[in-house]
Amino acid sequence: MADTTDARSRRIAAAGEPTHKPSAGQTVGPFFAFGLGYPKMHEVGFPHAPGSILLSGTVYDGAGAPIPDAMVEIWGADSDGRISRARGSRRRDDHTFTGFGRSFATDEGHYEFWTRNPGAVDGKAPFFAVIVFARGLPDKLHTRIYLPEDEERLAADPLLASLSDEERATLIATRTPEGNLTHDLRLQGEKETVFIRF
Amino acid sequence: MSFTDSDPSGEEAFSSSVVLEQPAAAPESLLASADMPPQRQITEEIGQLHAEAARREAAGDEVPATLYDFAPYRSSILRHPTKNPRLVDPETIELFSPAFGERDIAAIERDLTLQHSGEPLGERITITGRVLDSWGRPLPNQLVEIWQANAAGRYIHQRDQHPAPLDPNFTGAGRTITNDRGEYFFTTIKPGPYPWKNHINAWRPAHVHFSLFGVAFTQRIVTQMYFPGDPLFPLDPIYNTIRDQKDRDRLIATYDHDLTVPEFSMGYRWDIVVDGPDATWFEPEGSH
Ligand SMILES: [Fe+2]
Repeated sequence: MADTTDARSRRIAAAGEPTHKPSAGQTVGPFFAFGLGYPKMHEVGFPHAPGSILLSGTVYDGAGAPIPDAMVEIWGADSDGRISRARGSRRRDDHTFTGFGRSFATDEGHYEFWTRNPGAVDGKAPFFAVIVFARGLPDKLHTRIYLPEDEERLAADPLLASLSDEERATLIATRTPEGNLTHDLRLQGEKETVFIRF
Repeated sequence: MSFTDSDPSGEEAFSSSVVLEQPAAAPESLLASADMPPQRQITEEIGQLHAEAARREAAGDEVPATLYDFAPYRSSILRHPTKNPRLVDPETIELFSPAFGERDIAAIERDLTLQHSGEPLGERITITGRVLDSWGRPLPNQLVEIWQANAAGRYIHQRDQHPAPLDPNFTGAGRTITNDRGEYFFTTIKPGPYPWKNHINAWRPAHVHFSLFGVAFTQRIVTQMYFPGDPLFPLDPIYNTIRDQKDRDRLIATYDHDLTVPEFSMGYRWDIVVDGPDATWFEPEGSH
């Protein structure tokens, strides 16, 4: 995409300086489940349907302990690289691919989605846009989960190219023999996930 | 995986042959901090961190509005990243957000007082406001999700151990979609403050949790709305993870007597401003 700073300057040139200061984020807290949960929230793709895969992993804290009260959200393109503009992520109809899903960590810190492999958008390396929330995490954290296969596109990715091998590994999922994806998220410590801002 | 808690008895663990390297602690046991310091110490730590953030900002550092590394909020100690997030150019997917609309939500879901057969106890209130971008433009079709404690300060969540009564007529979760003018409307009851074991005599100021998306995934925000004049503000580590007083003030709703409905409810107004690049930032020049 275009350079952020240039885009911001262009935006300011077109619309003037921002007039409203943003609201600050706060922790999702410990008791979000009854407020943010809804049926089939982690079923971005219909389970077991052709093309549907499982994306799963564990969220860890800085001591290597699983985080049981985390929430992970993913947002990704469809397999053909199209970005869904379809409504209905919060009330699934079991066939529309909306691209968005939400998963609450289990008591073992495990999150899981039924989804599809995102296709390349604009010829770029495909990834899931990811946001992590948790009790004890004062604000949201953005990251990405890249598909492991397309080495050429991965090599051309500006974010990945700016990272060390260890850091890069925290952003690329592992493909299982069944065709699913596994990917752990580490909020702190050795192998800390690379988080991003815009 | 569902959003209900499975097997709270733990029986499943005994029948499982899988041995975890590090067994997960019972989540409710994690809610109390390890050291349980007095409020005085927590307040002191908050002051030091705010001063340090102000110094860093004055020295030219980019300091986030909400501090991730904020030890007075004890459960953040092992849960905040130690490295600064990398500044990246957003890719296209990040410049769009999931689309929501009327089909996602029933209109009645914005009234938290109508979810049971009887009326909930407490002070009936309405909360209304606009969802705006940084240029004050209203954002229509925005999903707004809220959740809160009841009037006694008790959450319906099964892990909430606060010995205050549950209200059989109040769940405390609602959601709506903003209208063409970017406005949302909720009817609910005023939540009570609640204790939370971060330190000795730790009480959260009354608040309502809010979750919104914005027009790009970069703009996603989860935050909390507070009520004016709460004496707990300076004491609360979570409210004070926001380092700047003006930013903290912006999370406090305004009492608006014109929104108060005679013989019925007290009215509060609260606007939310989302931030971050969206697709319009990247439109090629002259393409309108
Ligand atoms: Fe809360």
